[in-house]
Amino acid sequence: MSTYLIKRLLEMIPTLFGITLLSFVIIHLAPGKPTDIFTELNPKITPEARERLEKLYDLDKPIIVQYGLWLKKIVKLDFGESFSSDRRPVMQRIWDSKKPLLERRLFVTFMINLISLVIILLIAIPVGVSSATRRNSLYDKITTTTVFIGFAMPHFWLALLLMIFFGVYLHWLPISGLKSMNYDSLPVWGKIWDLARHLALPIFVSAFGGLAADSRYMRSSMLEVIRQDYVRVARAKGLSEREVIYRHAFRNALLPMITLMGLSVPGLIGGSVIFENIFGIPGMGQLFYMSVMTRDYPMVMGILTIGAILTLLGNLLADLGYMLADPRIRAT
Amino acid sequence: MLMLIVSVTVIASCKEKPAATVRTASEVNGNGPAYGDALVAGTIGEASILIPMLAGDSASHDVSGLIFNGLVKYDTDLSVIGDLAESWDISNDGLVITFHLRKGVKWADGVEFTSEDVMFGYRTIIDEKTPTAYSEDFRQVKKAETPDKYTFRVTYEKPFAPALTSWGNLVVLPKHLLEGKDITKTEFGRNPVGLGPYKLDKWISGQEVILDSYKDYFEGRPYIDRYIYKIIPDAATMFLVLQTGEIDMMGLTPIQYAKQTNTDFFKRNFQKFRYPAFAYTYMAFNLKHPFFQDKRVRQAIAYGIDKGEIVDVVLFGLGSPATGPYVPNTWPYNPAVKKYEYNPEEAKKFLKEAGWEDTDGDGILDKNGRPFKFTILTNMANTLRMNTATIIQWRLAKIGIKVEIRVLEWSTFINQFIDKRRFEAAVLGWSIGLDSDQYDIWHSSKTKEKEFNFVSYNNPEVDELLERGRRTFDIEERKRAYFRLQEILADELPYIFLYVPDATPIVHARFKGIKASPIGISYNLPKWYVPKGLQQHTMEP
Repeated sequence: MSTYLIKRLLEMIPTLFGITLLSFVIIHLAPGKPTDIFTELNPKITPEARERLEKLYDLDKPIIVQYGLWLKKIVKLDFGESFSSDRRPVMQRIWDSKKPLLERRLFVTFMINLISLVIILLIAIPVGVSSATRRNSLYDKITTTTVFIGFAMPHFWLALLLMIFFGVYLHWLPISGLKSMNYDSLPVWGKIWDLARHLALPIFVSAFGGLAADSRYMRSSMLEVIRQDYVRVARAKGLSEREVIYRHAFRNALLPMITLMGLSVPGLIGGSVIFENIFGIPGMGQLFYMSVMTRDYPMVMGILTIGAILTLLGNLLADLGYMLADPRIRAT
Repeated sequence: MLMLIVSVTVIASCKEKPAATVRTASEVNGNGPAYGDALVAGTIGEASILIPMLAGDSASHDVSGLIFNGLVKYDTDLSVIGDLAESWDISNDGLVITFHLRKGVKWADGVEFTSEDVMFGYRTIIDEKTPTAYSEDFRQVKKAETPDKYTFRVTYEKPFAPALTSWGNLVVLPKHLLEGKDITKTEFGRNPVGLGPYKLDKWISGQEVILDSYKDYFEGRPYIDRYIYKIIPDAATMFLVLQTGEIDMMGLTPIQYAKQTNTDFFKRNFQKFRYPAFAYTYMAFNLKHPFFQDKRVRQAIAYGIDKGEIVDVVLFGLGSPATGPYVPNTWPYNPAVKKYEYNPEEAKKFLKEAGWEDTDGDGILDKNGRPFKFTILTNMANTLRMNTATIIQWRLAKIGIKVEIRVLEWSTFINQFIDKRRFEAAVLGWSIGLDSDQYDIWHSSKTKEKEFNFVSYNNPEVDELLERGRRTFDIEERKRAYFRLQEILADELPYIFLYVPDATPIVHARFKGIKASPIGISYNLPKWYVPKGLQQHTMEP
């Protein structure tokens, strides 16, 4: 087991190296430079000024040298400094340990994604199971249609409709940001309530959109399991339908969900740009988008590298999870 | 002043009296200027740094503009007036500018502002290690001196008219806090100490920037206690948030101004403003392209485009047709240049003179077997420009010119097409500085890659006029030069000047004292106020 783990971890190193090299080359291939925000079509800027700026950011060096410089820092776990004009360290912009949790981008995105993931699982699993056991019934059709509507509906459009209805028309919910202006003066429960009101719409929109995938996975995995011999045996033993489904079939049908969970690990830190922009949520999606638009290379590379590490770890965790949950895999 | 004292007394007395009395007091006295309340402005982009010389984005300049002042500033009629400088003298040869600074101005930490702070800012901005984009104006300075605490003197090689206004808020930094520190590494950029009407209270990344009024501001304490920038990255959301009352001020799009804010709700709760923005949209010709080398062709195209129609359709009337590179009703603007009223017959006549005729009967003009077809480039995410290009396409089809439109991502557009001169025509816009110098856009020496005369315009008289305009401080002489410049541009049409859009901000109705001017509404922000009875946000002590 431990040799397996070490082997897997060592394998991750060249993969990670390849990912960072590719990412680095690709973002540098995109036209434009980080200095463009100052210099593009701004008549106050002379070519000399632009060259000076490019030199300050090492942009005058060949791309492979720039990658080497970046790599030299990253092996020391130093993500470098953002090219944005305040030159803050990349890590500080993602996770500013001097600020309260709600002002750290990674925390905000993580919190929202985790809550919405839990909600999705809490709804998708029962929905998937029940629509599988009642396959092709009216219930199955209604739930299928509903989750697909959620999947197909453009997020930004649903978000705007909800904002108009609950915010502008009913005045029930705030529609932008994370907290109200008087947040700091509220008692603890008041703070939680304020936060909940601000998060209600974003979490609803993201959960509604995510239901389809998980509930459909659950449904098809359940359908597959129900057809297995051991389920037939359980039925033949005369167990009640309830016991057949929930004790025998359900636990096996959950196995593919482990893969799904493993895959959603990197998703927990990658916020959706559209969604964070619409609700004015200061999360990772916004940061990544802004960094790409301003060609803030260290920032983009930092987020991509963290994402890559989490993806690889997520895969590993999923495999380990399988080994723990399924004796058949452990044996091989 | 009397009014002011009265209101202060009201505030002071409010604290002790029960709420009911306060209400009566405010009703009696409710209309005069009063301290208090907060203004929440919506902003799409977030500031990145609050040191003006390091900031490249307009959001950063907006915020730092409230925290730092300059030596001079523009008055509402675009003349230059003193800010931190009480007055200044310019030597007769225009080479030496001596600023006489105000006495007793204090930084927000209580230290007095002196000429050393200006000197420090100047030295920082010309320092090779400072990543600033604005150092060029200051590199023209031959010598800078501080004869005493309240005098700052600069000497130039050549007279340079934009020099005076370059001494704005870019170069005023607190020496006592920054001396000997690496300006890119300090916390100062996110936690600055300034001397402007507002000071930073709190900056929450991605959410809001909260400014408190600076009670000892040298022009008097601002009436509004707090100025809050709420970051709302999505334009559609911002308009909804305005309606829920979470923000008090934003810039409207033309359609929002013209069609969506005329309900009773908006009339009751908001005040809208409208004034020409310091910007214009144009169609640029690549003057190296054989089609556009002939002036008559460019003039024909000008006759073939109805600028008024573009303003009406694209901007819902919220703008005015442009006649040159200056904003109407400002001093350099020449109203008497050639206007090119829409006239398709005249357009066809000019094209025929230039040798363009439809010889093969396909509806498209041709010359030497080559049909008159060209592509207009414009950038993505700017619907106003895309719509403008579409109208031009439709109008030019009527005079026998076939136009294609290609919409590109901004960086690609600039780097691959404009900079490399790989374009035939492009719809673009300039924001114009408040100074009238446009040397970099029209001078024939500015045509290298990445420089701004990307249409390759070359006219010796224009070069001479641009030189003359920037080498004198005499406003009448500058005016003569720029009037002539506009006559030539209107005749030769390196660009077709399309329109000057209006800026259309909306502000909650409880804010009083706002007066729109050619330079906008925010120039007198410290004088805006909310009458006591209308104040919404009360401050916790």
